[in-house]
Amino acid sequence: MNFQGRDIISIKDFSKNEINFILKNAEKMVEYAKGKNYIDILKGKILSSLFFEPSTRTRLSFESSMNRLGGRVIGFADPTATSQKKGESLADTIRMADSYSDVIVIRHPQEGAARLAAEFAEAPVLNAGDGAGRHPTQCLLDLFTIKSEKKKIEGKNIVLLGDLKYGRTVHSLAYALSLYGANLTFVSPDSLKMPTEVLNECEELGAQPRNTSNLEKSIKNADVLYVTRIQKERFPDAEEYNQVVGAYKVDKNLLKNSRRDLVIMHPLPRVTEINPEIDKTTHALYFKQAFNGVPVRMALLSLVLGGKK
Amino acid sequence: MKELKIPLINNGTVIDHITSGNALKVLRILGIPENLSSTVSVAINVKSHLGNKDIVKVENRELETSEVDKIALIAPKATINIIRNYEVAEKHKVELPSEIIGIVNCSNPTCVSNYNEPVKSRFKVINKDPPQIICYYCEREPEDISERII
Repeated sequence: MNFQGRDIISIKDFSKNEINFILKNAEKMVEYAKGKNYIDILKGKILSSLFFEPSTRTRLSFESSMNRLGGRVIGFADPTATSQKKGESLADTIRMADSYSDVIVIRHPQEGAARLAAEFAEAPVLNAGDGAGRHPTQCLLDLFTIKSEKKKIEGKNIVLLGDLKYGRTVHSLAYALSLYGANLTFVSPDSLKMPTEVLNECEELGAQPRNTSNLEKSIKNADVLYVTRIQKERFPDAEEYNQVVGAYKVDKNLLKNSRRDLVIMHPLPRVTEINPEIDKTTHALYFKQAFNGVPVRMALLSLVLGGKK
Repeated sequence: MKELKIPLINNGTVIDHITSGNALKVLRILGIPENLSSTVSVAINVKSHLGNKDIVKVENRELETSEVDKIALIAPKATINIIRNYEVAEKHKVELPSEIIGIVNCSNPTCVSNYNEPVKSRFKVINKDPPQIICYYCEREPEDISERII
């Protein structure tokens, strides 16, 4: 399977076989991601890291990944210091980054920005989140985390909780988990339900997701509880946000009837949706999940740049 | 004797089998009445053996491909008849291409195609009848395509 030069824009651009291939490569990267061994297969390569929106984990893990592979990183994390501020189009910024580097990572508030960037760049473009749209590398690291922890994804009972309407990670994840044949339950306040088009996509892939607002009942037999933050910045209306913030809280009391091997995931940052008392329990998987961003992104960078291990 | 509801035309285009009720949207696509230079006849809710339909006749104008594509978006069963000297010189059904470029605006206000970028709007056709399209950039589907036609 050859990924050299390929853009990573949407999880939907990949077949299940291709995703499995990426996950297998990520597994091989774990020892290097942890710094136990050194590898320099991307020595001499430059990554443009273009973050037009704030990010902690995605940006740092991409930069860590490139450095762990022996490559270098240029870029910005604050667009106010760039020519975009002077009215430069995204297309022109991309043309410039393309001429300065071998691979481009972009996070942008406008949906479809990464797809547009890929049109103007010869170098491969990796989408690090475009507005409320796609975030394929998060989806891949989520799949990697579930697979590593539960050995397989097929047939697992997975509950997605929180803002299922505006949350960008859950749409891609619901699609990908359907591709793998997981049993899905969507738990959200009524006003933040999974959009119909996402439900339709899941059903087209053979999944039969359940929609509910009852969290306690839903997690009884769950293998994975995937919690998302209710994101204030995605709400067009502050009143709508105020009505739903704090609707669900995951704490020890909630988990007393859950399975012992239930794992809790969260793309982070979290605010109040997971009580810190969970952090030290065996259920908490979110920090390991955040680490998994490194081996997965290392695998992607090495694949699209043709780096051989 | 049959009553002739719409007069025959000498030269021009007859758009037949328009989904009933959509004739006025077709006129909007053709830029009528703003670009009116010839006679236009409209029949709404005409009985036919295939159910009710609308008909639009435009004199002295043969439709361009981009106009036909637009019509296919709102009236996927329409037929285009090019009339020359009172005879049907060409007849074909409208057919949506697999991709629609520069014809429909994305309804998503945060889609990158709605910003100042050097690209035309671009949609993938996922269903031809009824027409369903998704934005190439943001992957959203406009709720009412006819409202988004440029």
